[in-house]
Amino acid sequence: MRFLQEYRDPAPCRALLARIAAATTRPWTIMEICGGQTHAILRHGLDRLLPPALTLVHGPGCPVCVTPLETIDRALAIAARPGVIFTSFGDMLRVPGSRDDLMRVKSRGGDVRFVDSPLEALQLARRHPEREVVFLAVGFETTAPGNAMAVQQATREGLTNFSELVSHVLVPPAMAAILGSPANRVQGFLAAGHVCAVMGWREYEPLAARFGVPIVPTGFEPVDLLQGILSCVEMLERGEAGVENRYARIVKRDGNPSARAVVDEVFEVCDRPWRGIGVIPGSGLRLRAAYAACDAERRFDVGDIAPQEPRECISGEILQGVRKPDQCAAFGKACTPATPLGATMVSSEGACAAYWQYHRRNP
Amino acid sequence: MSDAPGFEGLSCPAPLAGHDTVQLAHGAGGRLSAELIDAHVLPRFRHELLAKLEDQAVFELPPGRVAFSTDTFVVTPLEFPGGDIGDLAVNGTVNDVAMSGARPLYLSVGLVLEEGLPLALLDRILGSMERAARAAGVSVVTGDTKVVDRGGCDGMFINTSGIGVVPAGVSLSAASLRPGDAVLISGTIADHGMAVMSVREGLSFRSTIASDTAALGGLVADLLAAAPGLRALRDPTRGGLATTLNEFARASRVAIRVEEGAVPLRPDTAAACEILGLDPLNVANEGKLVAAVPAAEAPAALAALRAHPLGRDAAVIGEVVAGEPRLVTLRTALGVERILDLPLGLQLPRIC
Repeated sequence: MRFLQEYRDPAPCRALLARIAAATTRPWTIMEICGGQTHAILRHGLDRLLPPALTLVHGPGCPVCVTPLETIDRALAIAARPGVIFTSFGDMLRVPGSRDDLMRVKSRGGDVRFVDSPLEALQLARRHPEREVVFLAVGFETTAPGNAMAVQQATREGLTNFSELVSHVLVPPAMAAILGSPANRVQGFLAAGHVCAVMGWREYEPLAARFGVPIVPTGFEPVDLLQGILSCVEMLERGEAGVENRYARIVKRDGNPSARAVVDEVFEVCDRPWRGIGVIPGSGLRLRAAYAACDAERRFDVGDIAPQEPRECISGEILQGVRKPDQCAAFGKACTPATPLGATMVSSEGACAAYWQYHRRNP
Repeated sequence: MSDAPGFEGLSCPAPLAGHDTVQLAHGAGGRLSAELIDAHVLPRFRHELLAKLEDQAVFELPPGRVAFSTDTFVVTPLEFPGGDIGDLAVNGTVNDVAMSGARPLYLSVGLVLEEGLPLALLDRILGSMERAARAAGVSVVTGDTKVVDRGGCDGMFINTSGIGVVPAGVSLSAASLRPGDAVLISGTIADHGMAVMSVREGLSFRSTIASDTAALGGLVADLLAAAPGLRALRDPTRGGLATTLNEFARASRVAIRVEEGAVPLRPDTAAACEILGLDPLNVANEGKLVAAVPAAEAPAALAALRAHPLGRDAAVIGEVVAGEPRLVTLRTALGVERILDLPLGLQLPRIC
C-alpha cells in the first residue's frame, strides 16, 4: 500500500506547509466538509502546523452526526421488534436516540448486527427468509450507490423480507445553507473527496459562482489535505471563486456515472431534517415510489416518534462551523464519549470526538 | 403357521455409538462424558497428574513467589489465519503469567462446548492447545468440560488458569515506571486483531495477515537476563498498544511519549486498518509484549528481544517523561504531539 507512505511522507508535507505559510497574508476561515478530513487533520496534527491566520472549521460531513434523531428513534423502535434482524454500519450503533441507542436495544434482546456493506444485509435476508432484515441506510452521496444497489438487487431477486430505513443526505444543499446563513464565517471549502468521487464536482461550480467562494475537492491523507488547503488559500488570496480539484487521482469532473445512475434509479431528492441543524430543502434522498416495498418506514408502523434532543448540546452550531467543540460548555464535562449528549461526540468522524481524542488537553 | 410374534427380527435399540458432533450427553457425566475425555482430551495433554482424573491436581512448586492468572476466551470465528481459540487460550494465560517475570508451569483448562460442535473441529482445537502447551513448556494438569444447549454459547468457550514461579529478585509492576525509562515493544502491532477481522462474516478482503499468537515465556526470560532492571511488562491484547501504555502511565503516575514512526507495523496490517477505519494502536495483539526498562538498559533489552525469534521486529518506541501524569502522547511523523487515548469500548468499522 504505497499510498499510505507517499501521502504521509513528512518531506512533501513540510514543503507544502512552507508554501501555505508564504501564501497566507490575511486571516482566512476554511471549512473541511467531511468528518474523515477533520479526524485526519487532528490525528496527524496538521492544525498545529498551519499559520495562525488560518482557521479550520469543521463541517457537517459526518453521516452519523447529522442523521436526524427521529430516524434514530425509528430505528430503535424497529430494531426492538421480534422477528427483525436490524443491520447497520458499526458506528451508528452507539449514536444516542432520545432515550436509547442500538447497543442497548441489542442488550435487551433486539437482534442488532453490524455489517460492513448493505450487500451483507441482503445476504442475511436470503439466508433468513423467515425474518425481516432491515438496513439503516444513512450517509452522504458516498454510501448511496451501495445502498441503492442493495435495493435494486432485492427487488430483482423478489426478496420480500429486505428493507432499508433511508435517511440519506446531500452535501451541496448543506453548503448552500451554511453560506446563506447570517452567522456564516466560512470563506472557502475543502470538499469531501469521496463524495466527489461519486458525484464529481460539476454541481459545486454554480455554488462557487453564486457565493463567490473557492471549493477544493480534497483527499484524506496529510499531503492531500495540505494541497487542498494551499489551493484554497491561494484562491482566497487572489480573490478567486471556483472549483479546483486537488484529489485528481480519485475524483473526475463527472464523478462515477454508473454509481450516479444507480442512485438516480432508486432514490429521489427530498427535504431532510439534519440533526442539530434543522430541515434543509432538497438535501435528502428517499426511495422512489417504485421501490416502496423496500421502504422500512412504510413497512413498520412504529407510531408517533417524538424525538427529544438534550438542551445543552450545540452540535448544530458545530456542524455549521459557527462554533468549535471546545467552545461548548458541556464539552469534556457533561459530554464525553462515554456519556455523549450529541452524535458529534460519538461518531468516529464527529468533530467533538476528534477534539476529545486528540486535543482535549494541550500535551 | 403360528401367530406368535417373530422375535428373531427384533433387537434392542441401543443408543447410537460414534457421534461426529458434541451431544448434550457428552457433558452429563456419564459414559459419553468419559468417552469424550478419554478419546479426545486426555491423549492431548499426557500428564500423570491429569491422567489420575482426580478432582484436583496436587503438586509441589519450586521455591519462590507464585504468579497465578486466569483468562476466558471467546472468539469468533474459532479458527482464523495464524491460530485458533485453542492456542490463543494457552498462550493468553501463559503470557499473563509470564508478564510478572514468572516461568509458567501449570495450566487448568475449562471447556464450554456448544451442542452440535463438530468433534473434528474440537480435535483440531485440542491439537493446537497441545502444541501450544508443548511450545510454552507448560503442563495441563486439571480441567473440566461442560456442554450447553445449542445457542447457549458460540461454538466453544475456553477458560484457562495458569501458575508460574517468579525468579528470586524479580519484581515487575505497571506502577514502577520512572521518568527517563525507555518503552519497547517486541514486534509489529495489530496483526492478531486484523487477522480475526479479515475472516469475519462478510468481510471479503483477501489478506495474508496472520495472528501473532505465541507464548512469550522464553522471550521474557531472555529479556530479564539482559535487562535485570526491567520495570514492567504487559502484553497489549484487547485495546491494543494504546491501552497498555495508558495503563502504565496511570499506574505509575507518569507521562509517556511515543514516536509514531517507531512503532512497528506491517504494511498489509496498516492497509487493513485503513480500510476499516481502525487505529492499529487500538487493535489487539496476542504475541507481543510492551516493556519499560531504565534507559541505560534499553540497548541490551532491545538486543535481547531482537535475538529471539518472537522479538525480531522489536523496537524502542518511546520514553517515560516527567510531563502531565497519566498522559500518553504520540509524536506524529510531522513532529506534532497529540494525545494517545484509551479506545472507548468496541472498535466499530466506519460508515465511509
